[in-house]
Amino acid sequence: MNALSLKKGASKKSAYDLKNPLGDTIETHTLTVIVDNEAGVLARVIGLFSGRGYNIDSLTVAETDHEGHLSRVTIVTTGTPAVIEQIKAQLDRMVPIHSVHDLTVEGPSVERELAMLKVTGTGEKRVEAMRLADIFRANVVDTTLESFVFEITGTPEKIDAFIELVRPLGLTDLARTGVAALARGV
Amino acid sequence: MTRQMTGAQIVVQALKDQGVDTVFGYPGGAVLPIYDEIFLQNEIRHIIVRHEQAATHAAEGYARSTGKPGVVLVTSGPGATNAVTGMTDALMDSIPMIVLTGQVPTFMIGNDAFQEADTIGITRPCTKHNWLVKDTDILAETIHQAFHVATSGRPGPVLVDIPKDVQFATGSYTPLNKTKVSHYQPRVKGDIDAITKAVEMLEKAKRPIIYSGGGVINSGVGASQLLRELSDATGAPITSTLMGLGAYPASGKNWLGMLGMHGTYEANMAMHDCDYMLCVGARFDDRITGRTDAFSPNSFKIHIDIDPSSINKIIHVDVPIVGDIGHVLEDMLKIWKSRGRKTNAPAIAKWTAKIDDWRAVECLTYKPSDTVIKPQYALERLEALTKDHDRYITTEVGQHQMWAAQYLSFEGPHRWMTSGGLGTMGYGTPASMGVQIAHPDALVINVAGEASWLMNMQEMGTATQYNLKTKQFILNNERLGMVRQWQELLHGSRYSHSWSESLPDFVKLAEAFGAKGIRCADPADLDDAIMEMLNHDGPVIFDCLVEKHENCFPMIPSGAAHNEMIMGEDKTEDAITGAGGALV
Ligand SMILES: Cc1ncc(C[n+]2csc(CCOP(=O)(O)OP(=O)(O)O)c2C)c(N)n1
Ligand SMILES: [Mg+2]
Repeated sequence: MNALSLKKGASKKSAYDLKNPLGDTIETHTLTVIVDNEAGVLARVIGLFSGRGYNIDSLTVAETDHEGHLSRVTIVTTGTPAVIEQIKAQLDRMVPIHSVHDLTVEGPSVERELAMLKVTGTGEKRVEAMRLADIFRANVVDTTLESFVFEITGTPEKIDAFIELVRPLGLTDLARTGVAALARGV
Repeated sequence: MTRQMTGAQIVVQALKDQGVDTVFGYPGGAVLPIYDEIFLQNEIRHIIVRHEQAATHAAEGYARSTGKPGVVLVTSGPGATNAVTGMTDALMDSIPMIVLTGQVPTFMIGNDAFQEADTIGITRPCTKHNWLVKDTDILAETIHQAFHVATSGRPGPVLVDIPKDVQFATGSYTPLNKTKVSHYQPRVKGDIDAITKAVEMLEKAKRPIIYSGGGVINSGVGASQLLRELSDATGAPITSTLMGLGAYPASGKNWLGMLGMHGTYEANMAMHDCDYMLCVGARFDDRITGRTDAFSPNSFKIHIDIDPSSINKIIHVDVPIVGDIGHVLEDMLKIWKSRGRKTNAPAIAKWTAKIDDWRAVECLTYKPSDTVIKPQYALERLEALTKDHDRYITTEVGQHQMWAAQYLSFEGPHRWMTSGGLGTMGYGTPASMGVQIAHPDALVINVAGEASWLMNMQEMGTATQYNLKTKQFILNNERLGMVRQWQELLHGSRYSHSWSESLPDFVKLAEAFGAKGIRCADPADLDDAIMEMLNHDGPVIFDCLVEKHENCFPMIPSGAAHNEMIMGEDKTEDAITGAGGALV
């Protein structure tokens, strides 16, 4: 369907459309969702995504307010603008969900992910791995004579880059946390 | 101060505090303590059904005809799984319902105990919300929250799963007024700027239409009155979805009939050609829109809905208004009046003249017969002979359902109960029982197809037990008529398994249940037979033998646009082609 040939929605006359909601480009958005940390709440969120055919690129969750029993869920998802709007509306109407924010559109934000990589090998490869870790400011959190475990924090893109460079040097195991994100400023 | 009670006592007390007068249920091991408490009191009436699915549909009928939530009580395991269809039905049609299920004791959960099922897991996607209560102290509060969630915002089913040890244990009772306020508070007032914009555009509209839905009914009787006022005062013609029938009276001058797949020619043509569409509490379902990229291509669209996720889900609208229909319509009328009650009257006069031309097509005409009862004729006679009664109609699912929507007329809300979103065969019989329980003296008729009717026919036992004088009006075409129609349109008339073979003798069946059976096969006898049904003060099964191969028209074949309707006289074989064939 060619969105531009349709009259509605793309209309400049409407004061209610800030951008073309009929666009069919796929966008990536980072959502942060505050939920009651009750049994099964994560199953609800995930069930919404699988039941309605939405994508989850990354999902992290942990209790962030121990007294209020509230957890923060950070979801990175992809879809057309209309699908992203649907996802937010569907999340927002769930009973245990307190708030939904789309960090991608609500002003600047920072995103970080943590990864741990096990690199096994000896000799030149081992030295090269150490050198790359230095460049990427990855820390060594465990070592044997034949292996390192590196810990790296950064944007998902930075972590992707580090992984690709280290892979030929003997990458044998990898764990990633998924993205955590916060809006900048006050 | 907080009263100490057993969990089972808390359940009954919480229901009383919520003003519940009727519970539809079926006992079993995991709810026996609650059944014991029900035995020991008289305020709440428990209706014992014959199958848990029927309890849920009866609760839906009760809810839909009263505006109050329906309450269901069933046991763990199979009791809960049998209730799943009714909960899904209620979710699709936004019916407030509270389902209480028993569960195996907390210390046995996860052990595959006898009659254990992961009720919370199974019902998570078919409820608005559900709760497993592991502590008697929070049971009362949870039940009060459950009522709040079921009835606030867009209504829907909720479930509270109560392990048996929690029912036996003693805990404190939290009364309704001590329950902490839920953060779940959907917005009811619409944005005034958006409402003003909707009014501005209405003032100028040349070809306006109001497209209303079940949300108007859910919003309460006042919302229906406001809708009527808005249409009558502005001259905007009005159509409605299946779920919204009755909100605007069928005798009203602006009424176009139902729209959508089996809607009237005038309603669908007007939807296609309008320049201003006010969608009130409907959700642009695929039965309504037909082909979405050809849906009402030149209109300015406004959508009023209490559920923000309904907005822009299928059709992009120009002005979304999130709020309760009653509140928004009230504001809209106020603003329209304060701005001087303006309309583009000359243009609207032309528009109504054009609509009158479409009406003149008389799209609901059918070939009459004096040898065999046409299903449309049966409904016309039923309408004529019952329209002055205090009447409630339920239906099953199929051709008869669509004919009922086309040929019966509804003058007010809460009079029409049908399974719209899920299309659940087996809905109508138990729903009619729920309606009759809420309105013992009213005339309650279930317009049924013989195949659907068999799906919950065990409920005739409930009818005779409680002397529910519902009339089961079966349009018996000995076919899964709607399936047969689609096979004719899409599958070269290969009628694969769309026969009703080995049907019971419905008259004898009625007698076996202690009810009255009537059979009619001759159009000349029909009026007398219907009168006999109406005059019988008890449950009746009416076996109306009708034409077997009648198709339901008009029809927008799936994948087609509103102005591409098939009318009765058109060639129908293989009428659905191309991509439309993949749609349901
Ligand atoms: C539980 C369920 N199973 C299957 C269907 C699919 N279906 C829709 S209409 C229909 C035939 C209904 O036959 P009948 O009740 O006799 O009504 P008619 O169309 O003949 O009026 C079927 C099988 C359904 N809607 N619900
Ligand atoms: Mg049939």
